[in-house]
Amino acid sequence: MIELLAFRLGEDRFCVDVAVVRELRSWSRPTPLPHAPAFLAGVINLRGTILPVLDLAVRLGLSPVAADNRNVIVVAEITGQSVGLIVDAVSDIHCVPRSILEPPPRVQGPAQLTCIAALSLIDGQMIRVIDVAALMPTGVTGAA
Amino acid sequence: MVELHDPMSEIRAGFFAECAERIEQLHDALAALEESCSNGRTADPEIINTAFRAIHSIKGGGGAFGFDNLVRFAHGVESVFDLMRCGQVAPSSALIANLTRAGDHLADLVDAAQAGKEVPANGSEILEALSTPTSIGVSDPMEFGLTQPWILQFRPHTSLYASGNDALFQLVALRELGAADICCDTSMVPDLAALDPEKACLTWTLSLPADRDEAEIVEIFDFVVDLCDLLVQRKELSSATVQNTVPSVSAETAPSMRVDLDRIDRLMNLVGELAISQSILVQCIAETRPDPQSHLIERLETLTGLTRNLQDSVMTIRAQPVKSLFQRMARVVRETSAALGKPARLRLEGEETELDRTVIERLADPLMHMVRNAVDHGLESPAERKTQQKPAEGTITLSAAHRAGRLVIELSDDGRGLDRNRIRAKAEERGLVTADAVLGDALTNDLIFHPGLSTAMGLSDISGRGVGMDVVKTAITRLGGRISIVSEPGRGTRFTLSLPLTLAVMDGMVVRTARQMLVIPVAAILETAALQRLDRRKAGDEGELVRMRDAFVSLIDTGVALGIRNPGCPPGSAIAVLIAAEDGRRAALIVDAVIDQRQVVVKPLRGGFARNPGISAATILGDGQIAFICDPGELARSVPTGRADLTAVA
Repeated sequence: MIELLAFRLGEDRFCVDVAVVRELRSWSRPTPLPHAPAFLAGVINLRGTILPVLDLAVRLGLSPVAADNRNVIVVAEITGQSVGLIVDAVSDIHCVPRSILEPPPRVQGPAQLTCIAALSLIDGQMIRVIDVAALMPTGVTGAA
Repeated sequence: MVELHDPMSEIRAGFFAECAERIEQLHDALAALEESCSNGRTADPEIINTAFRAIHSIKGGGGAFGFDNLVRFAHGVESVFDLMRCGQVAPSSALIANLTRAGDHLADLVDAAQAGKEVPANGSEILEALSTPTSIGVSDPMEFGLTQPWILQFRPHTSLYASGNDALFQLVALRELGAADICCDTSMVPDLAALDPEKACLTWTLSLPADRDEAEIVEIFDFVVDLCDLLVQRKELSSATVQNTVPSVSAETAPSMRVDLDRIDRLMNLVGELAISQSILVQCIAETRPDPQSHLIERLETLTGLTRNLQDSVMTIRAQPVKSLFQRMARVVRETSAALGKPARLRLEGEETELDRTVIERLADPLMHMVRNAVDHGLESPAERKTQQKPAEGTITLSAAHRAGRLVIELSDDGRGLDRNRIRAKAEERGLVTADAVLGDALTNDLIFHPGLSTAMGLSDISGRGVGMDVVKTAITRLGGRISIVSEPGRGTRFTLSLPLTLAVMDGMVVRTARQMLVIPVAAILETAALQRLDRRKAGDEGELVRMRDAFVSLIDTGVALGIRNPGCPPGSAIAVLIAAEDGRRAALIVDAVIDQRQVVVKPLRGGFARNPGISAATILGDGQIAFICDPGELARSVPTGRADLTAVA
């Protein structure tokens, strides 16, 4: 079984593996980083550490969320790195067998697909499981 | 969360940490001895005592853990200091050089013990070298009564038994040293009726062989020093040594303990949160408009002060002086100069400069390569130096200082300087530069960092140990540092490393640009002035110069340079901040307002998101807001916007 945290981005629904989620933070305005890519909303102060926050919608190639107090920041940690993800609202936790997860179709190109680890149908709705590691820029810088 | 600890491994780790400290003390003492020796002054006895105690505690600890090699060697070294302490051997510079070598070997032994590795072999040779001056110094052992056996008197106090010790342990140990004529004085024992069984009333007298070392004997009583009367003296000689005159092992440096870095980080974060909560609290209370005379306000001010102090103390925990790192370099110089037959001395400056521990650790390897190269390639051979009318002994200077919110380490030698023609020729040969390319001195110097070139240039016939400067450069860059070279033919070469003080505390000026708070390192600031009053001149299409401190400097709008706002007119109340980068380059930064000047914690921008030109790190202000810390060097460098920078070589 795998536990998935489901959330909304506009009209789309996505999930992340609960195992990588460290906490949910209520909205605080990220401080924009100079010269940063568009999907990097900025950094926030997470109990004294500087946490980069991604505008997940932009990262996935959707229209940016109109971020305000209603939004939530999902703090995820993977391979020792933390990152905040701005989402519209957290909706649910699904506990599903791993077997119902399907690999995403192999299509090169759209930003979204490279960040999707699996697809599934839950209650008749398609959900996409986000590969948090793929969101991180370390893959690029680490190789350089 | 339950954390499992192996208590023994913790104690061992503590011992090794202590050893490192002690060896540092030893080298300090030796350096001080060397100095007084070369000035022809008599050595301060306290310095010799410090060295003796340092060795002694390494020996003691080593014995407790069963590191026999370490103990044996430390014992040999210790006895030399003991003789010195008694004035039987004068510290000559040859002896000090040997002792320094011994100190290095001792460090190796400690390392070997820690890693469970093979023990380096040349220990006995070093000890032999050490014992030679001893025999010269002490012309006739008889003269000093060294052939007289020791007489020892030992009277345990009641407290010795009360604290769980037993005189038997000492007696057994003494017997192992060859104690003879052991005699127990029972005259103080009262009648059975009056006997208090817990009261100590026995005194032992015994003799020990003359060739035993006094320190060796006294050591047996290390744990019961305060719990007994002890008298150790040579037979029929009046120079009695009362135990109490032997200085205790406790050092004058403050005691220290080992703490996981994780725990410190956690503490720092919590204190940061506390400070933020506190300032929010102050704000909330201010909104209720309390009576300014009330207790509430007074208490709140106390809390503010305490929080500030707490924050300051926590911030300093991670910082460490670079001294230990520099002392390792002193060793590298000694060894390299010995191996190459090039006499060299290392001058250290600013050893007390503090730097984050992790940076210190990661700096060790690159710096070691550089120091080795300085001796190997920087310095000429003694013969060559002679023809140049330079002193035969080369001087290498290693200095550290905080400058412009960064740590600057400079390594300079008084050697031959870089041979730019040769570098250029090699680079052309390897197709790194075209024959018609025009390179300034600085760019030519930088060629030695090129991977295709550095190894070739670095290889020497003598040592064969040439280390690629590209490796050094990569390591420094990974630390977020920069490296630059200044070299003058025949006069020497100077490498300048500029490193960020990750997590260190920094004095910063908090300024505002557009809506963004920025911190400019105070160390980089020369002057601030209202922009309107300054003499500004156009230079080219976009560039602008401003006259400050009798010189024209480029004017940079920080908001534009950092991409926070579009080029245009800064507000009329804007301030110009004149900064100087660590390489001396100046520029004037336009900011909207100066808010405050204060100490800030430097927080690294982690992850791959963080390559932001002009910004070195971030900090969290009292209200929880994030402010970016400017890198004056990069901001000043970014000045000629129209022209591509010639950094391609690196």
